[in-house]
Amino acid sequence: MPVTKRVFLKLAGVAVALSIAFGAPAALAADITGAGATFPYAVYTKWAEAYKAATGNQVNYQGIGSSGGVKQIKAKTVDFGGTDAPVKEADLDAAGLTQFPAVMGAVTIVANLPGFASGQLKLDGPTAADIFRGDITKWNDADIAKLNPGLKLPDTPITVSHRSDGSGTTYVFSHYMAKQSVAFMRDVGAGNTVNWPKNAVGGKGNPGVAANVQKIAGAVGYVDIADAMKNKMTFIALKNKAGHYITPNQDAVADAASGANFKVKGMAPDLLDQGHKNAWPITSATYVLAYEKGANAARQKGIVDFFSWSLNNGQKMAEDLGFVPLPPAVVKMVEAEMKNIK
Amino acid sequence: MSEVAPPEAVDLHAARVKVFKLQDTVFHQVTLVFAFIVLAALVGILVSLAIEAMPVLRQFGAPFLWTDVWNVPEERFGALAAIYGTVVTSVIALVIAVPVSFGIALFLTETCPVWLRRPLGTAIEMLAGVPSIIYGIWGLFVFAPLFSKHVQPYLQSALGDVPVIGGWFAGPPIGVGILTAGIVLSLMVIPFVASVMRDVFETVPAPLKESAYGVGCTTWEVVTNVVLPYTRVGVIGGIMLGLGRALGETMAVTFVIGNANRIVGSLYAPGTSIASTLANEFGEADPGLHISSLFALGLVLFIITFIVLAISRWLIRRGTAKQGI
Repeated sequence: MPVTKRVFLKLAGVAVALSIAFGAPAALAADITGAGATFPYAVYTKWAEAYKAATGNQVNYQGIGSSGGVKQIKAKTVDFGGTDAPVKEADLDAAGLTQFPAVMGAVTIVANLPGFASGQLKLDGPTAADIFRGDITKWNDADIAKLNPGLKLPDTPITVSHRSDGSGTTYVFSHYMAKQSVAFMRDVGAGNTVNWPKNAVGGKGNPGVAANVQKIAGAVGYVDIADAMKNKMTFIALKNKAGHYITPNQDAVADAASGANFKVKGMAPDLLDQGHKNAWPITSATYVLAYEKGANAARQKGIVDFFSWSLNNGQKMAEDLGFVPLPPAVVKMVEAEMKNIK
Repeated sequence: MSEVAPPEAVDLHAARVKVFKLQDTVFHQVTLVFAFIVLAALVGILVSLAIEAMPVLRQFGAPFLWTDVWNVPEERFGALAAIYGTVVTSVIALVIAVPVSFGIALFLTETCPVWLRRPLGTAIEMLAGVPSIIYGIWGLFVFAPLFSKHVQPYLQSALGDVPVIGGWFAGPPIGVGILTAGIVLSLMVIPFVASVMRDVFETVPAPLKESAYGVGCTTWEVVTNVVLPYTRVGVIGGIMLGLGRALGETMAVTFVIGNANRIVGSLYAPGTSIASTLANEFGEADPGLHISSLFALGLVLFIITFIVLAISRWLIRRGTAKQGI
């Protein structure tokens, strides 16, 4: 009797020790939470779903907006933050954060021009900027006609359609436009929310802008590539740095990334107006923020596990949703960068 | 009762009164606390809005209220465009909603066949229960395209050359804008105003109306000389209820107002309201002046609503005094 009892106690002790050593941390690693940019929300949740099916670990992501994501990670209420506007090097260092890109996207220019095929109307950066700052007000303006010889342009007034909510899409688009035109920077500015010209119409979210463009004859707007493709919208071909007119598609976005140098602190090179032959000029990436030295090692490992898994297994899922996966070389760099997350 | 009550009965009576008294006091205190919760919440909201708005009020001062600038990149803010949009859309809503609601209420109480009263009344109450986002989606996807194609061009050609009014209908007919927001708001307000009006019209004593009919009054004369004077207070209350809803409506307005932080004289032009600016920009507002000016806008809306309430109180009091009740 006493012998069996002792054996039993020993066994129980071993079981408890085992569960402390392996069981508990594994259970903790299961649950990580992130919050931030709404733009990658669809792909992060898709990845999380597939990741859970593959590994049993849970990842929650809340799309609360980029500035919210930065605020929440700084307040340490989430394990990782998501942001479309990369955080500056100095801020990363000050907060002890590391930053890496997760997926890419593009902002496209779409228009409501009955009778025009997608990509038929061509614009260059400065002319597009003049349209979006309200200086060109009719579609048959001489500046547009000059870029489209032989095309019969309608005498319709142009209605600029933009995001009414502060957004990363506006951030990317306005920064590209500001690069193309000093006047755009002066009149409209660059940022999450900018100062649009009068008679411009604001819509909530990418779907809101898409709806406005589709409902208003002569409207022009900027919409992320996923929503534009979903709604089968009429693209405007945009002249890139190499001098080619590009109709946006996923290959053109990937081409823009392949020319960029991601080997910088924060891994956020400027992807706008890249020089590659087929590069779509308004390309951007969305970023993940995590602490280099986190309070909870298991959760930190959970972040690395999730994004390593997703970057290697989730390309197809991202493409299906209208995103553009990081090029393989960049994935390698991100994996190296994630070694800092401890 | 006997004149000399046995002492134990008096004691019992006194004890019972004591219990009642205690119950009353407890009840009084509890309800007092409830009432004060409301007051505390109100003051709390006002104070926290004011605290958050402080940086902006310090930076721009009172001119914040009458500056027509909303430039986020340059951090220059003024509330005028949002105030203008809020007030103008609400006024349009009332201009349409009050006569229509009046007609609905009159029809239902005075001339409607009895069998139709209940279904019509229920329909109006159901309209009041439709969530505002439904009105917004309907406004953007159904109403705005029809309006821009079939109504705006004709209004423009009919009224565009009339002095003063013509300017209201200038600009490209794009469907969304201040006028559209006002019209969608009016639809949302009508059920509220109409059902309040119907309820107060029903309180008019039948003998009053019947005697008016008896001396040969037409329905119109009965309404203007008996029903309306009798119910003036309630009617004003109903209109103010509608105005309150129009001022604070967020989602539906955000969908159809066009969200442009500017004042263009035309009603066809896109604009913005206080509530829709808040809904649009809070999520991604930069900390600092931007967030603070959104709180300041909230404070302004609070004050506008308060003024509307005060005016309606004053109108009601004046109305009651005139009636001599």
